[in-house]
Amino acid sequence: MTTLPTHTEKKLGLAIDLDTCVGCQACVTACKGWNDQGYGVPLSDQNPYGADPSGVFLNRVHSYAVQPIDGAAQTINFPRSCLHCDDAPCVTVCPTGASYKRAEDGIVLVNEDACIGCGLCAWACPYGAREMDAAAGVMKKCTLCVDRIYNENLPEEDREPACVRGCPTGARHFGDFADPDSKVSRLSAERGGYALMPDLGTKPVNRYLPPRKKDVPYEASVLAPLLDIKASGFAGWLDRVLGKI
Amino acid sequence: MHPAPSVILFSVLSGAGFGLLFYLGFGLAHPSGWAAFLWWGLGYALAVIGLSASTFHLGNPQRALLAFSQWRSSWLSREAWTSVAALVLLAPMALSDWLGLGLPRGFGWPGAVLALGTVFTTSMIYAQIKAVPRWHLWLTPVMFLTFALAGGAVLAGQSFAPVLLAVLLVVLLAIWQVGDGQFARRAQTLGTATGLDRIGTVTVFEQAHTAGNYLLREMIFVVGRKHAQKLRGLAMVLTCLLPAVALAISTGWWAFVAAAVCHITGALAARWLFFAEAEHVVGLFYGKR
Ligand code: SF4
Ligand code: SF4
Ligand code: SF4
Repeated sequence: MTTLPTHTEKKLGLAIDLDTCVGCQACVTACKGWNDQGYGVPLSDQNPYGADPSGVFLNRVHSYAVQPIDGAAQTINFPRSCLHCDDAPCVTVCPTGASYKRAEDGIVLVNEDACIGCGLCAWACPYGAREMDAAAGVMKKCTLCVDRIYNENLPEEDREPACVRGCPTGARHFGDFADPDSKVSRLSAERGGYALMPDLGTKPVNRYLPPRKKDVPYEASVLAPLLDIKASGFAGWLDRVLGKI
Repeated sequence: MHPAPSVILFSVLSGAGFGLLFYLGFGLAHPSGWAAFLWWGLGYALAVIGLSASTFHLGNPQRALLAFSQWRSSWLSREAWTSVAALVLLAPMALSDWLGLGLPRGFGWPGAVLALGTVFTTSMIYAQIKAVPRWHLWLTPVMFLTFALAGGAVLAGQSFAPVLLAVLLVVLLAIWQVGDGQFARRAQTLGTATGLDRIGTVTVFEQAHTAGNYLLREMIFVVGRKHAQKLRGLAMVLTCLLPAVALAISTGWWAFVAAAVCHITGALAARWLFFAEAEHVVGLFYGKR
């Protein structure tokens, strides 16, 4: 049913730490690896070794250069996957009922057996979180690794999304945003976690934790006057000679 | 947005077809005998060809029947219902006109209303998408409905067709004028999309992937916009001006055919622009629109 549940008991989602993310793309690979053999059809690639390769990924990592008004420019890596929106426009536009949001935990999923591959849900998503599988003609999106997080066949520590498990810097956190005491809720509250494009009214569940404040150059150089000692004697001579070469 | 030929063809042909069926259903045009067969046949053919063209871009058209299930929330599903309902409800009227059964004209009215309703549901599929600011506009349904009414009037040989073509011209100018500023009015930038504007000015340092993907192909269509102004001019001349002139100077069959062909060709150009010029906010993440 593509009408949205009025309330979800849990709000499972990710808190993504833009401070720690180093842009290594491990989550991209982990996600593709797991979901290639998990929920639904495999994530196909077209022409993977050719001149113009293309394929489906449920998670992509961008890199941005950000120039603050004062201080040095920063590189900020920016993972982008489904935000499991509370008011998900991708769900309500679906004509077949293939797209749905689960009332129990808020995960947004596609029932591939009912998907006609019209692509309308991908248009409706402002975040580019849905990609059509060119081989199977069905819509693919992040499942929040629904086949891991409840999977009793996996050891306890693996019952979290592949991207979270695979991240070497611990930049992705998984949990329940409906519970104010959960790890992700507390992290988000402490670090000023924010939603993407909230004015579009999608009410995303995922939160992005902004990079921590960086040192600005003049703060970093409190010792600068001490380092600026004029060399004299032999050191001074060496300094002058080397400076001329 | 990627201007898929199947979708352009679908929306133009079925729009004109349902427009024609609207006039036939309401009895504003009431041919009889074999003329009725031809006119109703044209309306049905355009509508059905259009609808079947729309299945060409589906990944799994064999499941298309499922698209009738979600009318509560989905405009695409509502379109499926209204189109089929219109075609079914108009059938007795069409038969009556053809075979001279003398059914009261009122029988055609519900179908006529649904024919326009179908065009409205089609337009709402686009107008509902907030992520495409140029489409998310009340002018979008107005434009689709005017297209159907004007195109239908041309095809139905209505004497007031030139007036509706003039109205269509105004609507086109309005939607282009307002549409051009829509993205800016939404005030979304790479900075707001990523939320990184709270730190500073954001530019793309490195793309997320070196090769193309579905998003870039489907939603971040940037080729061909440079000729947009010329195409707009062409669309106005072909869609509105030439047909209006042809219909004004002659009532002969050649004027009718020329007007119809010109109008549909122009409509295809205008619909191509409707897609090609529409920018999806996801392009912001890629620093492209
Ligand atoms: S991020 Fe996109 S695909 Fe995911 S729930 Fe929100 S609108 Fe839907
Ligand atoms: S592509 Fe599939 S899931 Fe998306 S709207 Fe169409 S039928 Fe629904
Ligand atoms: S939660 Fe799973 S499906 Fe979603 S981005 Fe992470 S690895 Fe991919």
